[in-house]
Amino acid sequence: MLSTVPTVLADVRYFEPWWIQILKGIVIFAVGLQLVPIVLLAERKLLGRFQQRYGPNRVGPFGAIQPLADILKLLTKEQFRPRTSIGWLFALAPIVSIITAVAAFAIIPFGNTVDIFGTRVGLYGVDVSIGPLYLFAFGAVAFYGIMLGGWASGSKYSFLGAMRAAAQLISYEVSQGLALIGVVMTAGTLSLTGIVEAQQGMWYIVPQAVGFIVFLVASFAETNRAPFDLVEADAELVGGYNTEYGGGRFASYFFAEYLNVLVVSGVVTTVFLGGWLLPFGIDPPTWVDPFVVLAKMSIFVLFFIWVRATLPRLRYDQLMSLGWKILLPLATLNALVTAILVVVTH
Amino acid sequence: MLRSYLPAIVFLLLGAGVGAAFTTLNSVLGPKRQIEHKADPYECGLPSEIKQGFRFGISFYLIAMLFILFDIEVLFLYPVAVQLRAFGSFALVETIVFIALLFVAFVYVWRRGALEWR
Repeated sequence: MLSTVPTVLADVRYFEPWWIQILKGIVIFAVGLQLVPIVLLAERKLLGRFQQRYGPNRVGPFGAIQPLADILKLLTKEQFRPRTSIGWLFALAPIVSIITAVAAFAIIPFGNTVDIFGTRVGLYGVDVSIGPLYLFAFGAVAFYGIMLGGWASGSKYSFLGAMRAAAQLISYEVSQGLALIGVVMTAGTLSLTGIVEAQQGMWYIVPQAVGFIVFLVASFAETNRAPFDLVEADAELVGGYNTEYGGGRFASYFFAEYLNVLVVSGVVTTVFLGGWLLPFGIDPPTWVDPFVVLAKMSIFVLFFIWVRATLPRLRYDQLMSLGWKILLPLATLNALVTAILVVVTH
Repeated sequence: MLRSYLPAIVFLLLGAGVGAAFTTLNSVLGPKRQIEHKADPYECGLPSEIKQGFRFGISFYLIAMLFILFDIEVLFLYPVAVQLRAFGSFALVETIVFIALLFVAFVYVWRRGALEWR
């Protein structure tokens, strides 16, 4: 039975009883928690190979439990903070970062509804009817995690990193939002499962190629990944906003960063690569769907790592002019052309 | 109302839990050897001269104001985008006028040099 609740909040489609909703939240979260160390290891291994070395290969078979060793080491470090910092904000900022990353992970659909023990279960955290807006909302809050952390540290380098982060995140959020408008116009819905279903005939990467490229570039900037990692540019800012962080707090910033990479990969997969759909009319049983989504996500995660190994970091003025003078007009033009095409062909 | 957002709330709580664990575990598991210079802010070996509330470049504030302008553009376009088929050519003309107006603002901002990084 389809239930919608009229509230001041956006509608959410759901089918499950409450205990399955809780259970499914925990399960999807656990999967996300497991993916982060895998991405971390893949990145270190691949970066090693890109640079003609082995990468981690001492802890466990092929260095497989290196991330576990890292986290144990980080968690047994001494807790200290600079004298000039603001204690509670300094402690709160990494938590904000991690909460927003985890909350954004909730909207990635790993499949449509399946029957488990006679109840319909949606293979996603929430199928909120404003999908991309939910994502941008938490993206905007994630900015506070970095900004507060850098500002409350009371260090020059942290503050500079935080200011850069602020300007970079807001510059690219506009292009990121505009890039998705073409997709929304074509699909006629904001629900992420609805957008996937609308891609039955053709994945949106073909008709929305410009939107795809703009969104991907903006996502690199939003997740502070190379070549847009000016926020933590180690050559000039020591460590940027996390200069004064160490131990578990540093770990939670990195956990959030890698989870954000996964979220962005998941959203690109959902919106442009047809989510759980396979090409050529192949229609596997429903339990295959999550693996299809994960496989498509891993393509983008590998792409993120590849780009990091290949491209040098941008200069700050280059970063700003790319965002405002190229991506923003391009995304607006894309939205305009899509609007005309949608109305004319309708 | 809470029912429909229950999984999202579960995610928020779990995220907060992991974050809180990461943030506090160090003071439980880690050693405690506090010395005076450990609490200095990082400064390449020189004594730090950090004070709260130092001033900062205006360019960043300018970018923030531009962001508000263009983010509102995005927000206005989303509802139109969803209902574009239902409204048809009426919505299309409105959208074109809206984007044309914003384009004028964009050209103005560009020509005044607000997008140049200084």
